[in-house]
Amino acid sequence: MSIDNPNQGEDRGGRGGRSGGPRGERSGGGGGGRRGGFRRKRVCKFRTEKIDYVDYKDVRMLSQFVPERGKIQPRRLTGTSAKYQRKLQVAIKRARFLALLPYATD
Amino acid sequence: MAAQKQYELVYIASPEATEDQLTELQTLVEGIVTKADGTIDKTDVWGRRRLAYQIGRHKEGHYVVLLFSCEGELVKELDRRLKVNDTIIRHLIVRVDEELQKAARAKQRRDDETRRRRVARGLPPEPTPEELMAKQAALDNQDDGEDMR
Repeated sequence: MSIDNPNQGEDRGGRGGRSGGPRGERSGGGGGGRRGGFRRKRVCKFRTEKIDYVDYKDVRMLSQFVPERGKIQPRRLTGTSAKYQRKLQVAIKRARFLALLPYATD
Repeated sequence: MAAQKQYELVYIASPEATEDQLTELQTLVEGIVTKADGTIDKTDVWGRRRLAYQIGRHKEGHYVVLLFSCEGELVKELDRRLKVNDTIIRHLIVRVDEELQKAARAKQRRDDETRRRRVARGLPPEPTPEELMAKQAALDNQDDGEDMR
């Protein structure tokens, strides 16, 4: 990995991801080189399913965005829109406080 | 008089708490809220549930969710009283009126828009049962297609 890469923007792709086009992954080959090999439709769940209120009590819904490790899945992987990712983030943190979701699992 | 706001309270009571203690808690909360001119809008007892992590020595908890309206000052008082209580292992109070209203407005807007578009296409504003079934079937088929690829 070349550290002396002056092109900072590129580095964000991080490990594992062979940063494809300049715009990251496009819908088609989206889940291609991903670690878990998941195939994801990159659309915002909240917009398509018309969920207006992100409820922190709805564990089943929230756990889709929290893989085993307990971390919040970044929206670059889930396709959640920025607006709903912000709400999701708050909801997950509330759920964690109430021991509905784990902070971390090992 | 300050406007009332709607809050949601979730508290987790110790799993060892007896029925009596649980009802006592419930009356305590109701008492605090109603004494200050607040109203309890909804009570939802989830019951025993496994905690995602240990809180102190507890692995399980008795969850209760309440929706209530009151003035802001009351929340401080309620929060303090819940903190002091020993049978409650954790609690959270969140203001929900604004978010819920926003959600309701968004839904309203979307529904209005669909109705307007349906009328523009010369259809009745509300979808007929047959249409709904056809739509569901189409959705299911679409999902299958995506998985195959």
